[in-house]
Amino acid sequence: MAYLTEEKVQELQRLACAIRETTIRSLVASGENGTNGHTAGPLGMADVFAVLYFHTLNHDPKNPDWDERDRLILSHGHITPVRYAAMAHAGYFPIEECMTLRHFGSRLQGHPERHFLPGIETTSGPLGSGLSQAGGIAYGARMDGKKFRVICLMSDGEQQEGNIWEAAMFVAKNRLTNLTALLDRNNIQISGNTEDVMPLEPLADKYKAFGWHVMEIDGHNIEEIADAFEEAKAIQEKPTVIVANTIPGKGVKTIENDYKWHGMPPKSEQLGTFLAELHSACGVNH
Amino acid sequence: MLNKGAKLSDKILTDEVEKKPTRDGFGLGSIDAGKKDERVVVLSADLAESVRAEWFQKEFPDRYIEVGVAEQNLATVAAGLANYGKIPFFTSYAAFSPGRNWEQIRTTIALNNVPAKVCGMHAGVQTGPDGATHQMLEDIALMRAMPNMIVVVPADSEEGRKATYEAAFNGKPTYLRFGREKMPVMTTADTPFQIGKAYYLWKSEKPQVAIIGCGPLLYEALLAATQLEKEGISVSVLNSHTVKPLDADLIYQVAVEAGAVVTVEEHQVIGGLGGAVAECLAKRAPTPIEFIGMQNEFGQTGTAAELIKHYKLDAAAIVEASKRVIKRK
Repeated sequence: MAYLTEEKVQELQRLACAIRETTIRSLVASGENGTNGHTAGPLGMADVFAVLYFHTLNHDPKNPDWDERDRLILSHGHITPVRYAAMAHAGYFPIEECMTLRHFGSRLQGHPERHFLPGIETTSGPLGSGLSQAGGIAYGARMDGKKFRVICLMSDGEQQEGNIWEAAMFVAKNRLTNLTALLDRNNIQISGNTEDVMPLEPLADKYKAFGWHVMEIDGHNIEEIADAFEEAKAIQEKPTVIVANTIPGKGVKTIENDYKWHGMPPKSEQLGTFLAELHSACGVNH
Repeated sequence: MLNKGAKLSDKILTDEVEKKPTRDGFGLGSIDAGKKDERVVVLSADLAESVRAEWFQKEFPDRYIEVGVAEQNLATVAAGLANYGKIPFFTSYAAFSPGRNWEQIRTTIALNNVPAKVCGMHAGVQTGPDGATHQMLEDIALMRAMPNMIVVVPADSEEGRKATYEAAFNGKPTYLRFGREKMPVMTTADTPFQIGKAYYLWKSEKPQVAIIGCGPLLYEALLAATQLEKEGISVSVLNSHTVKPLDADLIYQVAVEAGAVVTVEEHQVIGGLGGAVAECLAKRAPTPIEFIGMQNEFGQTGTAAELIKHYKLDAAAIVEASKRVIKRK
């Protein structure tokens, strides 16, 4: 199945690159204000965010509280720089505001805060509690016959939290098919590779055993991402989780697949190199 | 003497006083709120019968949500429901909720600032034979420290009903604390109740000591007041059912009037109502205080009566504490 035209795919690829560039620039700007921040996860999810904000989500950047909007719940709040960048490119706020990330007085808090920035559905950061909040929203919406969809993004590391599996049972029991989960399978967490820290495999089988429909996709393939969200809408027997295989740090060779970049922002002197690597990966000529 | 203005039960301090668990008040109050507003939903973690969520479930089966033995999920599903626009009351034993799911409550309810209602049952040492694991004694401290959170400890089942109903419509994250055992019903439907407003249960012209309490132990406080007045010591007893926000003006007033305070609660003396009163008075009118409560220890198996006697939470202990604090003036 292919839902996207070739032109649309190329547009989304360009947008994903632009979102990556804004993400890197905002992380460097945040680095001026401390040494914390997350790089690998946000870059790895740029393609998913491009598809969500520019294709999948039913939303209105000028009216972020619109009742009928799809709800995008980001469970692993630490990758919020890429969400901020995607929101800015989508028109929620000026792209320059991304450079205030993690600064005092900014709406772009280090971890996303619902009351600081319209368009953020839930405050998050502490891991493991997004899926059940998404489940609560989906349950309430179904009670009222609402048509909007709930999309919950999760990390792989947070699959080690018990709350996730409590939620997995709840969503499956109640067949909340108005909810689609996407699991960012990038194989790293803050202190190492997931399979070394606490093995998660066989992850897809675990969700199957918990009563979910599981799809596995390449999390950098625009068409596969868009198709998966579209196909999930049609599956009514079970809730769907899309296991998106991603490369942490995708787009910047130096960062890719190195867990040390989980919780570290780039330094300003690295900006030029990293953007050059990104532009090369994106096929942009400068 | 008993405060006539509080319109208390006419059977109070007699053998005929009616006894009901405060959790019954939750059952009735949630049904009242559910009738008033269809956004009200109730969640339970496999304890529907004993937390009285079953009463709501029978009335509104489509608005009852069972999450299984999963208190972290209980809090976060409720957070999602409140985020969407429902008014969820989520129920379990206080030892597990807010005991086990504190961080979920902090992040997804208090920091998110969504109007989910944490209903902790079986709080206090009078949970009795179940023993220390189930006698939650630190929950007020846990919830009081959390920004945005309202904390209410009803004195009896009638007050529990009113607190539940009012919490449904306050638009705020709220903790409601209930007990397991049958306890005297002191108040009536006519007793004034408003979250954040304390009131006199017992009032004297020139009180020598002010007893400030919350929860069912207030009945022991009234028995103590009766005894003290027999001995010629005049007393006032304040029902400070809302621990947060504390009714600081009235607490200041009763403390200044009496010059000595005894706080009474079925909770650790660290971080509960006594702590809140001490913080308030230290700022506004430093006053000698004696603290009735658990003295930094866990409970054990026993009957409610045995336990409140052993841990010095009963009327006799309140009488002694009152005499001690008067000497400290």
